[in-house]
Amino acid sequence: MTWQQQVLRVNLTEGTCTTEPLNMQWAQDYLGERGLATKYLWEGMNPQSDAMSPQNMLIFATGPLTGTMASTSGRFAVVTKGPLTNAIACSNSGGKFGASLKYAGYDMLILEGRSPTPVYLHIVDDEVTLHDAEDLWGKTVWETDDAIHEKHQDPQLKIAAIGVSGEEGVRYACVVNDLHRAAGRSGVGAVMGSKNLKAIAVHGTKGVSVEDMPRFMTTVKNAWKKLEADEGRKELTELGTNAMIDAMQAFGGLPTRNFQEVQFEGTDKINPEAMVTANKNGHTNLLTNKACFGCTIACGRVAHIDQNHFTIVNRKEYWHASGGLEYETAFAFGPVCGVDDIDALTFAGFLMNEHGMDPISFGVTLAAAMELYERGIITDDDTDGVALNFGNAEALTIMAEKTGKAEGFGKQLGLGAKRLCEKYGHPELAMVVKGQEFAGYDSRALPGMGLGYATSNRGACHLKHDVFAEDMEDQSAAGKAEPCKTSQDAIATIDSTGLCLFTSGAWDLSDYAEQLDAACQGNWTTAKLEEVGERIWNLERQFNLTAGLSRADDTLPPRLLNDPVPTGTAKGRVCELDTMLTEYYELRGWSDQGVPTPETLQRLNLS
Amino acid sequence: MTKALQMFPDKCTSCLMCEMACSLENEGLFNPAKSRIKVFEFEHGRTSVPYTCTQCEEAWCLHACPTNAIVINKATGAKEVIDDKCVGCKVCTMACPYGTVNYNSATGKVIKCNLCGGDPKCAEVCPTDAIVYVEQEAAQ
Repeated sequence: MTWQQQVLRVNLTEGTCTTEPLNMQWAQDYLGERGLATKYLWEGMNPQSDAMSPQNMLIFATGPLTGTMASTSGRFAVVTKGPLTNAIACSNSGGKFGASLKYAGYDMLILEGRSPTPVYLHIVDDEVTLHDAEDLWGKTVWETDDAIHEKHQDPQLKIAAIGVSGEEGVRYACVVNDLHRAAGRSGVGAVMGSKNLKAIAVHGTKGVSVEDMPRFMTTVKNAWKKLEADEGRKELTELGTNAMIDAMQAFGGLPTRNFQEVQFEGTDKINPEAMVTANKNGHTNLLTNKACFGCTIACGRVAHIDQNHFTIVNRKEYWHASGGLEYETAFAFGPVCGVDDIDALTFAGFLMNEHGMDPISFGVTLAAAMELYERGIITDDDTDGVALNFGNAEALTIMAEKTGKAEGFGKQLGLGAKRLCEKYGHPELAMVVKGQEFAGYDSRALPGMGLGYATSNRGACHLKHDVFAEDMEDQSAAGKAEPCKTSQDAIATIDSTGLCLFTSGAWDLSDYAEQLDAACQGNWTTAKLEEVGERIWNLERQFNLTAGLSRADDTLPPRLLNDPVPTGTAKGRVCELDTMLTEYYELRGWSDQGVPTPETLQRLNLS
Repeated sequence: MTKALQMFPDKCTSCLMCEMACSLENEGLFNPAKSRIKVFEFEHGRTSVPYTCTQCEEAWCLHACPTNAIVINKATGAKEVIDDKCVGCKVCTMACPYGTVNYNSATGKVIKCNLCGGDPKCAEVCPTDAIVYVEQEAAQ
C-alpha cells in the first residue's frame, strides 16, 4: 500500500513512542504530507497555544508517493505552529530523510510535549528510541550529523537536525536534513529546539508498495518523459534555480537593498554564469549538480569557495564541497543586502546549512538591519562594531555566523525583521507578511505574487501560489485573484503528494491524478485533487483565524503599497492589493473579513 | 559477446532511481535497502558512485559456494544465485573481493546482481546515463 497506514507518535514529555493506524478517512480527504499533517495538527492542538510551548505539535509527514519511483518522490513536510508568524507553518524538504522515514513504516511522525532534557530520536524500522543528547546540545547541524552516524556506526542513517539557532529560538531556525537540504521556512527548527529535540535519525528498510504496480509504472514513466522534455526542467537541471536572478533583473522585480529598488547592478557577479566562470585565481564556484531522492531534475548545486577568499582563507574546515547557491539564497544575501561577492554568498549559504537557518528570512532581516544602520537608527554600538552598510560582504558573513551561534547582535537578527524593526521603532522597514520575510520577487512588479504573499497561510512565501506567467504578461492587478486562488489550491494538493513542486512546470493536475490513482486506494481524479487542495487551504485558514489572525494580516508593508517602483518594466507602479483582495475573498467564498462562510465550509466538508 | 554494466560517477546525481528499480525488479516493491546496486557518496555529497557486481571472470563467489548455488548465465555472463540451493552460509560474501554479494536476513539467502536476465533495470531508469549496459568491447 502506498500509505504505510501507520503513524509514529512520540510524547517527549513522557518519553513514550507509540504507533497508531493512519486515519484512512482523513487520508482520502487530505491525501498526505502537507494536507494530512494539517488535519492532524488541527485535531490535535489548540491553535492559540504558544508556538514554543509544549502544547504545540511538530509533525514530519510524508506523502503517498514519497519513496516511490514517481519523479521527485523524496519530499516530506514539517507542519507545526510557527514562531515567526504565530500562524500555521508548513515547510517542505527533499534529500533522503523523508523516503527513509516512509521506508521505516511511517507515513507520519508526530512529536508532542517537551522533553525535560535534550534528546534525539533514533528510528530503525520498528525500533524507536529516545537517546540522551546532552553531548550534542550546542553542536552544529553538521557536527550532530557526524556524531550520530559515528555513535550508531550506521552509514544508512538519514538525519534531520537543528543547530544552536534552533536551540536558542532563532525565529527562523530551520530543520536541516542530509546536511544540505532543509525544511527551511517559518521557524520549524525553533519549535524542535523548544521541545529539546536535537535530531531525528532514521534508517528504514521495509520499502513501499503501491496498489497497482504495473499501471503505476506506466504512468510514472509517461510522467518522466513529459518532465524530461520540459524546457523549464532543462533550465533547472543546467542552471539551477538561480537562473531566475537574470530574469528578475531584466524584468525589474529583483528586490534590492531591502526592497528600496528592484534591480541590482551586481547580478553578473552572482548569476549562474558567474558560478561557472573561473575567477582571477582560476577558481570556479560550481562543482556539479545533485538530486534529492527519486528526482530526475537535480536542481541542487554543489559548490566550493576559493581558498584565498577572506571568509575561509584561515578556515580549512570550509575548504570542502557543500550546498551551492540557489536563487532564494542568492537573492537574500546578494541584491537584498547589496552584496555581489559570490564566495561570500556561498559561504553564508554554507553557514545557513551548518547552523540551521532559513537564508531568506536571515537575508531579509539583515537587509532591514542594514537600512536601520544606514539611516542612523542603529549604530556600531548595537552591531558589535560591524559596519552594516549595504554591500558589505564581510558584514553578511560575520552576522550569519553570529546569528547561527546566537551571539551578540546575531541575537537581535534572530528575532526576524518584524520584531527587529519593531524593537527599533520602525516596523515599516520590515519586509514581511504575517512576520515572515519575502522571497525574491517584488510585489509591485509582480502583483499576483503580491496577492499570493498577502494571503499565504504561512506568511510571505513564493511557493504557495503560481501567478508568475500572468504577472510577466500583464503587470496590472486585474484578473490576478482567480489564478492566485486556483494555483494555491493546486499547490496545496501537490505539496500533499510527496512530490516536488518543481514538477508543476511540466505536469498539470491530471498527471498527478494518474500517478496517485494507480498508487493509492480510492478514486483519484483531477476534480478530487482540486477539491482536496481547496479543503487544505481553507483548513489552514481556519487554523490561522482560530489562532487570532484576521484580514488585517493579509497585507503588505507600506513600501510595496505606496512607494512606486523606481526602475524596470514596472516603473511607477505600486501593488494594488485591496482590489485584488476583495475579488479574491469573493472567489474563495469568504466574507469581506476573510472568514470562510458557513456555505463554503459545508461545501468542503469542513463544518 | 556479452554486455556489461558501465558506471560513470561524474554523471550520477545520487537520485537512487537505480536502487528503487533494482528492488522493484527483484523484490516487487520500492526498497533501496534490498537493492543489488548501491550508490555511495563521498566528499560531503560532491561525488556519488553507483556500484554493483562486476560479473568478474574469476567468479570468487561461485567457486567459494559449497552448495553450487551460484551459476553462470551463459547468455548474459551473470553469476546468478539459485535460491533453492542457497543455504545462507555467507561464504560467497566473504569470497567476493568487491563486497557486492550481500546477505538478506529476511530470506536467509544472499542477493547479488543478476543483470535482470539481460535487461538491467538500473541502466534503463538512470535519468543521466550514469549507468549504461553496453557491449564489453565498446566499454570506455
